[in-house]
Amino acid sequence: MSEITPDLVRHLGVLARIQLSDEEVEQLTGQLDVIVDNIAKVSQVATADVPATSHPVPLQNVFRPDVPGDMLTVDEVLQNAPDAADGRFRVTAILGEEQ
Amino acid sequence: MSDLTRLSAAELSSALASGEVSSVEATQAHLDRIATVDGDVHAFLHVSDHALDVAADIDRRRAAGEALGPVAGVPLAIKDVLVTTDMPSTSGSKILEGFMSPYDATVVARSRAAGLVPLGKTNMDEFAMGSSTEHSAYGPTRNPWDLDRIPGGSGGGSAAAVAAFEAPLALGSDTGGSIRQPAHVTGTVGMKPTYGGVSRYGAIALASSLDQVGPVARTVLDSALLHDVIAGHDPHDATSLTDRWPSFAEAAREGARGDVLKGLRVGVITELPDSGFQAGVSASFREALDAMQAQGAEIVEISAPHFEYGVAAYYLILPAEASSNLAKFDSVRFGMRVNVPGGTVEDVMAATRDAGFGPEVKRRVILGTYALSAGYYDAYYGSAQKVRTLIQQDFDNAFTQVDVIATPSAPTTAFRLGEKIDDPLQMYLNDVTTIPANLAGVPGISIPSGLAAEDGLPVGIQFLAPVREDARLYRVGAAVEATLVDRWGGPLLDRAPILGGTR
Repeated sequence: MSEITPDLVRHLGVLARIQLSDEEVEQLTGQLDVIVDNIAKVSQVATADVPATSHPVPLQNVFRPDVPGDMLTVDEVLQNAPDAADGRFRVTAILGEEQ
Repeated sequence: MSDLTRLSAAELSSALASGEVSSVEATQAHLDRIATVDGDVHAFLHVSDHALDVAADIDRRRAAGEALGPVAGVPLAIKDVLVTTDMPSTSGSKILEGFMSPYDATVVARSRAAGLVPLGKTNMDEFAMGSSTEHSAYGPTRNPWDLDRIPGGSGGGSAAAVAAFEAPLALGSDTGGSIRQPAHVTGTVGMKPTYGGVSRYGAIALASSLDQVGPVARTVLDSALLHDVIAGHDPHDATSLTDRWPSFAEAAREGARGDVLKGLRVGVITELPDSGFQAGVSASFREALDAMQAQGAEIVEISAPHFEYGVAAYYLILPAEASSNLAKFDSVRFGMRVNVPGGTVEDVMAATRDAGFGPEVKRRVILGTYALSAGYYDAYYGSAQKVRTLIQQDFDNAFTQVDVIATPSAPTTAFRLGEKIDDPLQMYLNDVTTIPANLAGVPGISIPSGLAAEDGLPVGIQFLAPVREDARLYRVGAAVEATLVDRWGGPLLDRAPILGGTR
């Protein structure tokens, strides 16, 4: 068994900015436990002498000329915003009362 | 001409070029077909309201003597993971409902420039997370061979659209098999190009070290024709290869007429025993190998000892990268925002992501957050990246002995809707044969190998080639397709049930 507990799942929800319900936490705890048990086997063959691969076809130093690219207009940037004002995204309060 | 929707893209292109058929006629025929069958199949999330205008423009330009590309005027379905300026792009998620992109994905822009006529956007598992299209926030797509069964995933909509003759061509994306596994279960052709061979600019990212855009079609040549349109370097995608690609259509034509199977060394993986597959899938695979042998191919057993760790590595790397990529759905810049009275921006964000993401997306984001969290990174993500190296080495060793590797494209035929939805691990194990290609970056193609005896459903055979050898897959795929279609006396899809009222 892995160490997936409801408290850990709730904490991961906070880190991932997903407000999980108690039901979701319970369901995810059981499912992740089974999944983590299964995928942990990667460590069986991932010994210290094996280099890691991040990209399958690695490229290095992908540069482009230092000139402005294809830019979106402010209107285009804001066209899908849930809320906007004065050419900016509008959001609710950044800080809560207790902060 | 009787039914324009039954023509291959290559045949339709010829008819368009000769003036025998107009693009408006071809487009109207496919829109009519969509109106007739898509209520049952649900391959499309959105059907374009101006496809006929686009088609009419192509017809005008052709009439004016303009030199058009080989597939100009042919209709195209586009997976909803690819952003389009003229149709909504949701990636199958509620959180992006109604999203209108200010720019086109590069593959979409290239398709438009080639004169392809976008018909609409196809259904998919939410953010391409799934193997059945059941994780779409807009309801599942159904398999045209049996409407009670899954069309594969995540690109079930694109595969079902071509299988149901709603479009001759479609664009897909393949992160762990999302083009090839749907091709397998729908009796169609799907190609995952070499990593970096096709631009991902404008593809809503799932796992950036695995994602690849590619063609979906009913024939190998059609797939190659679309691949020719979308391939090539794109400065907007930093992982895009600068290679100059050969004509894939020419490779497919060469394969179909030539004798490329003679002396071809085909690797069969010892560690993927027949016992791991549905009996009818194994039998169909063996029959296809026999047919290749009869044409002079040599079957060679090869060892790929680390492939069995592929699924485990994939389900660490994918959730880790997805949890990062999906952080952009923050309720601030685009997409859904849930109203939380008195809530801070963080409260709104967390409530929005809970309401806007489906269960599979939450599962993978939480799993990825776990795998990347302090103290676990080396054990999980780091180890999974080492497995990638080992799998690449397995491929390198194999390709010193063989020209291509063959596997069944997936372990079973299409399963029933709902059958695996509550068992995520079983769903993940579907991808055992397709995942190694994504981990290693090599190209892979699935073509129909026949029907499984026990259920009469389609089976696909997958071919894998070394990185950058996409053309080899078109040569071999077309040769095998020609051999099998000749044996069958016609394409496999001729045996699919007739949709649209006569079921």
